[in-house]
Amino acid sequence: MSTRTVEYSVSSNPEMGMDGRPVASPVFPVGMEPEFQGEHMLINIGPQHPATHGVLRLVLELDGETVVKCTPHIGYLHSSFEKLGEYRGWNQIIPLTDRMDYLAPLIYNVAYAAAVEKLMGVEITERCKVVRVMLMELDRIFSHLIWIGTTAIDIGAFTVFLWTFEERERIYNLHEALTGARITTSATRIGGMMADLPPGFTEAVQHFVDTLPKTLDEVEALLTNNNLWVGRNQDIAVIGAEDAVNCGLTGPNLRASGVPYDVRKDRPYYDYDTYDFDVPVAEHGDCYDRYLVRMEEMRQSLRILQQTLDRLPDGPINVDDPRLILPSKTDCMSDMESMIHHFKVVMEGIPAPAGESWFSVESSKGELGMYVVSDGGSKPVRWRVRGPSFVNISTLAKLVEGHLVADVIAANASLDIVLGEIDR
Amino acid sequence: MANDNDTKFEESLKGLAGTDRAKRAMPGPGVQTQDVEEHVSVTALREQFGDAVLRHEQHAGDEHVVFVKPERLREIVAWLKDEASQRYDLLKDVTCVDYGGGRPIQVLYELWSIPNRRQLRVKVELPLDGLEVDSVTPLFATANWHEREAYDMFGVTFRGHPDLRRILMPENYQEGHPLRKDFPLRGRFSRAEQTRRALALDMEDYYTPAELELRKRKGEATAEPGAQRSLPETAGQPGGARSVPGEEAQAGGGEDEA
Amino acid sequence: MGLEGRRDLPVLGSGKDGSPSFFTTKLDFIVNWSRRNSLWPMPFGTACCAIEMMASYAARFDMARFGMERMAFSPRQSDVLICAGRLPYKMAPIIRRIWDQMPQPKWAVSMGACASSGGVFDAYSMVQGIDTIIPVDVYVPGCPPRPEALIYGLLMIHEKIKGETVFGEEGKLLRAEDPARAGQAQLPAEVIDQVAVPFGNSTSQNRPSGMDGGRALERPRDRRP
Repeated sequence: MSTRTVEYSVSSNPEMGMDGRPVASPVFPVGMEPEFQGEHMLINIGPQHPATHGVLRLVLELDGETVVKCTPHIGYLHSSFEKLGEYRGWNQIIPLTDRMDYLAPLIYNVAYAAAVEKLMGVEITERCKVVRVMLMELDRIFSHLIWIGTTAIDIGAFTVFLWTFEERERIYNLHEALTGARITTSATRIGGMMADLPPGFTEAVQHFVDTLPKTLDEVEALLTNNNLWVGRNQDIAVIGAEDAVNCGLTGPNLRASGVPYDVRKDRPYYDYDTYDFDVPVAEHGDCYDRYLVRMEEMRQSLRILQQTLDRLPDGPINVDDPRLILPSKTDCMSDMESMIHHFKVVMEGIPAPAGESWFSVESSKGELGMYVVSDGGSKPVRWRVRGPSFVNISTLAKLVEGHLVADVIAANASLDIVLGEIDR
Repeated sequence: MANDNDTKFEESLKGLAGTDRAKRAMPGPGVQTQDVEEHVSVTALREQFGDAVLRHEQHAGDEHVVFVKPERLREIVAWLKDEASQRYDLLKDVTCVDYGGGRPIQVLYELWSIPNRRQLRVKVELPLDGLEVDSVTPLFATANWHEREAYDMFGVTFRGHPDLRRILMPENYQEGHPLRKDFPLRGRFSRAEQTRRALALDMEDYYTPAELELRKRKGEATAEPGAQRSLPETAGQPGGARSVPGEEAQAGGGEDEA
Repeated sequence: MGLEGRRDLPVLGSGKDGSPSFFTTKLDFIVNWSRRNSLWPMPFGTACCAIEMMASYAARFDMARFGMERMAFSPRQSDVLICAGRLPYKMAPIIRRIWDQMPQPKWAVSMGACASSGGVFDAYSMVQGIDTIIPVDVYVPGCPPRPEALIYGLLMIHEKIKGETVFGEEGKLLRAEDPARAGQAQLPAEVIDQVAVPFGNSTSQNRPSGMDGGRALERPRDRRP
């Protein structure tokens, strides 16, 4: 083994010393190429990448390590949902909605069912309203938990990922108890739900509401005042209020920039105006504020969950309308009328009146808009999903200009995107 | 004779409104074109723009849709955004509806006013041989991607859009505009052809040809850093002109070529 | 394969006409044991199945017990490609490129219905099964498959590995890869067309809505008798 001496020269990039004054430190060995002058480097992140939260492709033009320009490319998960929707009856579209935002499937199920019910003029039962609110808030927490887990793991904190996934397993159990599936729930139907809450469900939700705050406290203890977390997230990817609105941002991303717009408060649905909860709004619009807003949103969702548990009324879960709801199997097999209703609902579908409807829901990622257009038939003419992540990711190019490569990952994570919703 | 049997069968069934689709349809509020409730903005629009406002409909109980002339669209949206009494500052969505059968395609703009908590949907109808309308990207930054998607899926051209190219489908997608009603569900080419074209996509390009054009036009790129390694594929040409990807794989790190 | 065939097995070296010997079987055992107990997965997660794959790596369904905790996001350092999620045509060259970049020995798991056959998405943008593009060893059905199902699929890869050999013609065949096929589809064109024909519920998805059914170009073969 030969020995080799390398002479170092002091680079032009000083480091910060212990006394807060810059210290020139040896960085490059002598004889190395001088640094590139004025030529930018192109780096491609994705579409297959651990930290892009799905199949997102980012082309970064770098000046050293600083991002000069970022171009997001999407479409790597385009699954033709909207086209498929035109070939399916109203109830048959519900399984498609799970697969768009697979991190909060019940929110999509409810939003779509609500849009079609609005079109048809169906008024769901009180019990169904409260159950849907309960499930939506549960999935909001579900989505924020995976958000904090994956964001932390992108920044480097692995433990949080394991803790939040364990909490999510409890919600998976709830999903499974209700619908039989962990992720792809398809729990709603036009006019009601696929099934009523099973026995023991409300107790399990109550237990969840009682015990989740402890985990949230542990996560916050690890992250909120952590030097590294603050350093990686504060003043990164700042967007002001006006820009945010003009860019179409909604949800926690918008509220972190100071705009108090929440669909639950501004255009309430399902009696959200009767629930007692707050909407967290921050002021700086950086990654750290988005983190704070989402952590607080989880706690507010727990508040709403507690209220739904307290006010859950008895009664039927489905509307009593044979044109919409499948009769029970026992009825079908014993009663001619029920059998014919069953036949017609399954074979011909539910004809909706001609017209269109837009239903906005506050999803965990932002404002989800479900737009259905009908011509009087049993399949939609057009089914449009205004996915919040599609708009959120379009702002990434603007957010990361001038930041470092590592900040691109932090900014991308803080926007909370799900590619299924972006690419549809 | 078959008809007699049918009617007897129908009569013998209780509780059914008959098999006629319209009778069976869920009642719903439907579309209201007469006796539409007044909407502050529509009234103001009629005063301001007169006959550019074609009609006003009300859907699903509380949603107001106003149809305007395509030529005046940008003015109208700008007025709705900037006028002190209107302040529609959030453009939630830009999309299209294709009813099929040669009917005009509707392009819709879903607007929301955050200070006034008001909703308005502005629609324009474009004939199939004139699918062009002004872009509202100068007004709303969010329209950029929405209009790109509308172009990709429906073929509507937005005049003045800074970067109108496909966003969801690959940039050299030849089969057409997927969400149109005359586009079949499974695409126009066979699965094998779709696979072949997909695998012929060049992944070495950091920028698509259209993006390079855009950068040249904006004067951003002097040398084109590591951009094009092969000419864009034209339809029908096999991807066989490329060398084995194994050789190019190590060059995928993004180093400068100049 | 009973005892009769093994009566005259030599101890060292390969037997006559390439049959296994004591030495080769023991060496195979060691090689296979070490390969299967440290399979480094290449998680090619696209959609919902990726979330179940993440759940199977998390604390409850821990994959680290099978030696698979090191998720190699670089294909150069991975052994098994797990395609978790639906694959649109835009993504197809990428999975082919990643598969080509993986060095032998390598295996592929098609996780979920969409990766195996296109799943719910029999539409213009979706690959109808990744086995048209890369060779697949194990298909895990489900939408999404539970973490236990994914683990079962990976254990099937273990079983597959147990039956492999590194010696002789068979060993060569197992790890053979034609560099000229890199970047090309796995199946020939006619087979892709046959395999991608709509089946099951997809055959009923030929009637769109709309005031006009749309005189869209239908492929007559799509309609089953």
